[in-house]
Amino acid sequence: MNQPQDKSRRSFVGTAAIAGAGLGTLALAPGLQLIQVSEANTPTAGASSKVRWGMLIDTTKCASGCDACVKACATENGINETVKDPRQGSQWIRKIDLKNPKTGQEHSLPMLCQHCANPPCVDVCPTGASMKRADGIVLVDRHICIGCRYCMLACPYKARSLVHMPLTEQNPEVPRGQGCVESCTFCVQRVDKGLKPACIEACPEGAMLFGDLNDPNSAIAQRVAKEKTTQVRGDLQLNLGVRYQGI
Amino acid sequence: MQTELNNRLEGQSFYNVAGFGALISLLGLGAALYMEHNGHHVTGMNNQVFWGLPHVFAIFLIVAASGVLNVASIGTVFGKKVYKPRGPLSGLLAITMLAAGLFVIMLDLGRADRLVIAMTHVNWTSVFGWNMVLYPVFFGLVGLYIWMLMERKMYAYSKTVGVAAFIWRLVMTTGTGSIFGFVVARQAYHSAVIAPMFIIMSFAWGLAVFLIVQRMMFGWNNLELNEQIRRRMNNLLGTFIAAVLYFVVVYHLTNIYYAKQLEFEQFILLNGGVFPKLFWGGFVVLGTILPLLLLYVPSFQRIQGSGIIASVLTIIGGLCFLYVFIIGGQAYPLDMFPGMEVKSSFFDGHIDNYVPSMPEILLSIGGFGVALTITVIAVRVLPFLPQDDIAKLQASGALHD
Repeated sequence: MNQPQDKSRRSFVGTAAIAGAGLGTLALAPGLQLIQVSEANTPTAGASSKVRWGMLIDTTKCASGCDACVKACATENGINETVKDPRQGSQWIRKIDLKNPKTGQEHSLPMLCQHCANPPCVDVCPTGASMKRADGIVLVDRHICIGCRYCMLACPYKARSLVHMPLTEQNPEVPRGQGCVESCTFCVQRVDKGLKPACIEACPEGAMLFGDLNDPNSAIAQRVAKEKTTQVRGDLQLNLGVRYQGI
Repeated sequence: MQTELNNRLEGQSFYNVAGFGALISLLGLGAALYMEHNGHHVTGMNNQVFWGLPHVFAIFLIVAASGVLNVASIGTVFGKKVYKPRGPLSGLLAITMLAAGLFVIMLDLGRADRLVIAMTHVNWTSVFGWNMVLYPVFFGLVGLYIWMLMERKMYAYSKTVGVAAFIWRLVMTTGTGSIFGFVVARQAYHSAVIAPMFIIMSFAWGLAVFLIVQRMMFGWNNLELNEQIRRRMNNLLGTFIAAVLYFVVVYHLTNIYYAKQLEFEQFILLNGGVFPKLFWGGFVVLGTILPLLLLYVPSFQRIQGSGIIASVLTIIGGLCFLYVFIIGGQAYPLDMFPGMEVKSSFFDGHIDNYVPSMPEILLSIGGFGVALTITVIAVRVLPFLPQDDIAKLQASGALHD
């Protein structure tokens, strides 16, 4: 009994769908189409696999007690929450002081996500929230991180932090979230604009160098080619984006 | 007869036990909501020890869930008649304990609300990712298995499904062990022996849980377990406990053999505060030596309920082992710069003094509450009580085969 009505309803829906799709390609206003509106929100160029962003840290220049890089990172990325237990705070970059008990030799260096070419955090992440961009920057997708902390177990550098508390006053360009894991992003929001990471610019001694390891003409590639550099826990053969000199 | 026996858990005793289980579960749920609302800063966990007491309990439940199915497998897959009536209860416990383990681990997530994302975005290089297949299939297979065992018309298929479930449970526990075995970063993990060690642990812990539940159910029905069956199952538990000790010795010896791991082993076994105490006192003495004495030495065997005491101690020992393994493995600092003294604002080079908070304790125990509640309701509505036809078993010689 309802069949004829159903038929006419279906045909109406079908016609409306075709018309809607057609309208999408039609001009909303002279020179402006729906498709263009949508494209306006997508980045024009993604990360390129021709680039491998890396960092070289000269520990002979890095002064113990100086934490300019740490402060710059916190300011740039909106890491401003106060935690009662400092072990529960996020540290995207930290200063480590080393002392060789046999020789008395001392070093100071910043430690951050090493942006491995073969990152264990990416391997173990159950949802794929931990990911490596084509240009080698290792990131956490805050939308699909479930806060399982398996990446923290897998990271050999203690480079990752879980956000233990509710957050306020965030930097809109650096979304963070309670219950998600986070780490250094090489200030990806700056790198994508052609700028250098905040820590690099803040270092008063010029101990940190950022650039494209794949570009033989870049300063970092030339120094890595000529001078002795160290990858921390090189035994794991993770092919790190961060290299150290002087240790 | 069967209905009559199972109906014994009716009335007040059923409501008391189910109510107790539900209360524990609700406390766990409340604790999880509190943690979810406030963030993990209300826990004792931090950025060095980020897997805490809930993980100890969850992993215990998940490993024991796989092991408890062993009882059914011995009957169906390996044809031991004494174990056949125990198949359905074994399957039921496998399901309830896995559900309980997942209850704890899921509610401890930083974003517990993203459970759907965990199921829809799967990274296949992650052992956690594999679990998105391993656990649901385990639930399905064991559910099917119970149906085959309990439905006379389907019993003919029980062996096929039983073999599949047996293989699947081995795969599942290999996965649980590999969560740690594949972690190259830490001294405590990254060992091929961890997966088989977890499998043998699952045998012991699962059987211990089964023996306790079986004892409770027989008690509710004023029944006594046949002496020969009791002795057989106790012997099997003893064998598993000894095998666990063997694997743990091999695991530590392997680490001690590597010079670079020696300091970590000294920490865990000798000078690491609570960890050596729990390892030697909890796992070795309480969880291994005492149960073996209770199960094998005649003067100990004569103690009333020696098998059940041994089972309880095995579970305590298992929890102690996991506490040392999981929390001790994180409390010891990462060795990024061998031979150097290290210090930083992020506590590099420091041994963490993790202390679980009340919400974590409640969530952890809540897991046992969930397992208890579901089990009690299930045994109320379906005939899961193992019923032995002793005369038939004796006549066929199956009591001793």
